[in-house]
Amino acid sequence: MSDVPHPKIAVVVFPGSNDDRDAALALEGLGAEPVLVWHAEPELPEASVVVLPGGFSYGDYLRCGAIARFSPVMDAVWRFADEGGLVLGVCNGFQVLCEAGLLPGALRPNESLSFICRDVLLRVEQANTPFTTRAEPGQRITIPVKHGEGCYFADEELLAELEANGQIVLRYEDNPNGSIGDVAGVASRRGNVFGLMPHPEHAVDPLLGSADGAIVLGSLVDAARERLLATA
Amino acid sequence: MKATVLVRPKPGILDPQGEAVQRSLQQLGFPVEEARVGRVVDLELDLGDADRTRAELERMCEQLLANPLIESNEISVASE
Repeated sequence: MSDVPHPKIAVVVFPGSNDDRDAALALEGLGAEPVLVWHAEPELPEASVVVLPGGFSYGDYLRCGAIARFSPVMDAVWRFADEGGLVLGVCNGFQVLCEAGLLPGALRPNESLSFICRDVLLRVEQANTPFTTRAEPGQRITIPVKHGEGCYFADEELLAELEANGQIVLRYEDNPNGSIGDVAGVASRRGNVFGLMPHPEHAVDPLLGSADGAIVLGSLVDAARERLLATA
Repeated sequence: MKATVLVRPKPGILDPQGEAVQRSLQQLGFPVEEARVGRVVDLELDLGDADRTRAELERMCEQLLANPLIESNEISVASE
């Protein structure tokens, strides 16, 4: 199987990102070739997927993700997404995607005002996205969260729209942060951009307590590989 | 020219900070029924007249200072 291609996946590094290396390591373990991209780059390298990792970009000043969305690389991420490219945002990356308008909704301080760092049980609501093909519909998966501002908000109208369009991909079984509709992960209307608060890159080995994160990241590597083969 | 932007969580948006402040004030014996916590941005800028300053501040709010989905903003320009 040595001829199985290793798709390139760009992992953007903002000042204050701190899960970029974990994401790269997890993706590498799943057969991808991660490439770290500094946020000041005006262009993305040739890649099948872009990942915005977790962390505290720009110190979370003003609002989480509000300043990172103006990083030079974000213009290129916009174009990449606009052309149908696959974009994954984890935690702070999810916040950046919401602030940038690439994903609907917003993330607010946790209802408890506490920083939460623990495993959470999630339900896969949509198993037909490029980010969840390795899951069964309705499957329960365990992935950790670690955030202070993960309370997802969408107004009534938007939430109804997300439900109707099947854009709510993951829900919390036991809502840790007050997110509306128990939303843990949401996709764009076209389905090529996905953001979630839990950290799949921290759950890719049983030694870490769970390997369920590999369901999400492995699905993404599968999709990246398919796209690479389709263009080869 | 000095200007101030007040950014508030919109009505109906869960404001856990405000709730914590309200509870603390109640514990101190103040009969506070509701508290909402927002943000103040004081700016020093030179854009000539107040109208232009106000228009530019609107753009700053749209692009960065407030998230219109969850926050409202109120602009005031100091008259000198």
